Amino acid sequence: MYAVEVEKLTKIYGSGDTAVTAIADATLQVKPGELVAILGPSGSGKTTLLTSIGLINEPTRGKVIIDGVTVADQGWLAGVDLKRLRREKLGFIFQAHNLIPFLSALENVMVALEINGISSSEAKSRASELLAMLNLGHRLQSYPSSLSGGEAQRVAIARALANKPKVILADEPTAALDTENGKNVMALLKKLAVENHSAILVVTHDHRMVEGFDRIFQVNDGRIMNENRQ
Amino acid sequence: MNLALRDIRYHKGRFILTSIGLGLLLGVVISMGGIYRGLFADALAVLNHTNADIWVVQQDTNGPFAESSRIPEDLKYRIKAVPGVAEASPLSFQTIQIERSGKPYRFFLIGYDLNGFGGPPGIVAGRNIRQKHYEMVAAKAMKLRIGEKIRLGQHDYTVVGLTGKVVSASGDPAAYVSLSDAQQIQFKKDNDAIRNYRARIASDLDREPTLPPAQAALLAKKLSAGAESTHTVNTVVARLAPGAALKKVQQRISRWNHLRPISTQEQTNILTKGMIEKARMQLGLFRIILLTISAVIISLIIYTSTIDKIKVIATLKLIGSQNRVIIGMILQQSLLMGVIAYGIGYGLILLTYEKFPRRIVLEAGDLRGLFVIVMVICTISSFVGIRKALKVEPAEALGG
Repeated sequence: MYAVEVEKLTKIYGSGDTAVTAIADATLQVKPGELVAILGPSGSGKTTLLTSIGLINEPTRGKVIIDGVTVADQGWLAGVDLKRLRREKLGFIFQAHNLIPFLSALENVMVALEINGISSSEAKSRASELLAMLNLGHRLQSYPSSLSGGEAQRVAIARALANKPKVILADEPTAALDTENGKNVMALLKKLAVENHSAILVVTHDHRMVEGFDRIFQVNDGRIMNENRQ
Repeated sequence: MNLALRDIRYHKGRFILTSIGLGLLLGVVISMGGIYRGLFADALAVLNHTNADIWVVQQDTNGPFAESSRIPEDLKYRIKAVPGVAEASPLSFQTIQIERSGKPYRFFLIGYDLNGFGGPPGIVAGRNIRQKHYEMVAAKAMKLRIGEKIRLGQHDYTVVGLTGKVVSASGDPAAYVSLSDAQQIQFKKDNDAIRNYRARIASDLDREPTLPPAQAALLAKKLSAGAESTHTVNTVVARLAPGAALKKVQQRISRWNHLRPISTQEQTNILTKGMIEKARMQLGLFRIILLTISAVIISLIIYTSTIDKIKVIATLKLIGSQNRVIIGMILQQSLLMGVIAYGIGYGLILLTYEKFPRRIVLEAGDLRGLFVIVMVICTISSFVGIRKALKVEPAEALGG
């Protein structure tokens, strides 16, 4: 079973003469444990593709299936709890880490667990464990403002992993990092994909970071132009 | 995890400063309420301390506080003889302003019959008046020392005792002297005025050719004596005997058509509805304006704080947070700000209310009511922020 399946996904913004097709007939499948890149220039539609898979952006046409659950088929399916699916099956990593500034590193990870109904004490122990695993055991009480770019992105990764999601969606996770930290983050994502058996989709326009991906989808003008296996 | 508290902890400087500002505003609102209650307490202070059932005043007047009233002192005997009256006592009131240490010094002078009632309600230092003349008991607020002398009219009066917080309806502190002293101060003419008055009567009578000189001299003496009499008071107060019917006693006194017997309830209405009504409305209006300003400020603060957290809210929504978590964060912050601001305002007034020039009366019911109003304002104000937060799309978390 695929972790993510997208069939002929189309997203059109606006209508009539002003309609803009951001994604047209995109089809892809990602297996658990795979690290996949969606590569393309700015405005190519890669973030639209990611947000449609991330259950944020309603597709105009086509199907989206997450971990065997069909969530969209010509629009969101009635009766599907998108928030719950996002909580339980998806993890997000952002370009600018998006940590909550008034929470410590530990609390930033805990909040994702508590939102998912995990008790505070269990959330604390799981969050501490995760951060320790990402070599941040000494930064548990640090606020995002005192973390380096690399550290903050690792906390964001820990938050995305907290609920052991089937799919992790990363939007330009290395854009705000220098080359070395960017490579470290990509290596970490590769390791986590294998260890946690999660499908990881990374949107990037940075060709320097494409090493280590299992597959690369090249997106241009809203279409998946080709797929490269590495 | 309480996100509202975490946010406040992180931005505590901003939160504390905002709460202090709002607290000062609420302090003013609390003090306005206290001044309003104080107006009532002041207006009724003498009335309550006198503890009379009936105030007999000049007919067609709302005396002795709202209007001037002059009646003969010896009416006390006639009032006392009315069936149902247990005791009656004459009282004289006047507002006096003198110079003291180069500054205007204003107080309310009460003259009372040393053998009757209506005197100082309680002596907190020194003693009560014992001599018929030249002794005074002053309210503490007059800031006089025991033994200090104060000149009123043609004589010096020695402060022999201090009483608690007795003030006139306009908030001036009260002082007590014997009735005869008060009458002297209020009505006694100086020697030049008496000589002048006597000369005018003699001159008028001289022009009456039908009057023999001996009769004219006798008449002049009688007329002068009447005019120079100080045995006038502003009211005679009466207490009823147990079981006596107030209405019946009032009706009996009313039969003497030059008098008006006012019950304590009627006197209360004259004082509260007539004398302080405008001040009450003014204060009420100020309170409404200040509470509206508070509501606008809280709304603005909560809205600005929500705008600052748009990315946080979008991130929370993206990771699957329920709306109640976000609504709870905004609402709790708003309520907490209200609670802290209220506490600061209340604490401020509690520490300073005795230093206000006018009496501040803080009543538990008013304070509870205001607290509820503040909480309602905070809840309504938070809707502005909540509305904004609920419109935030999770997609706003993406991008740089």
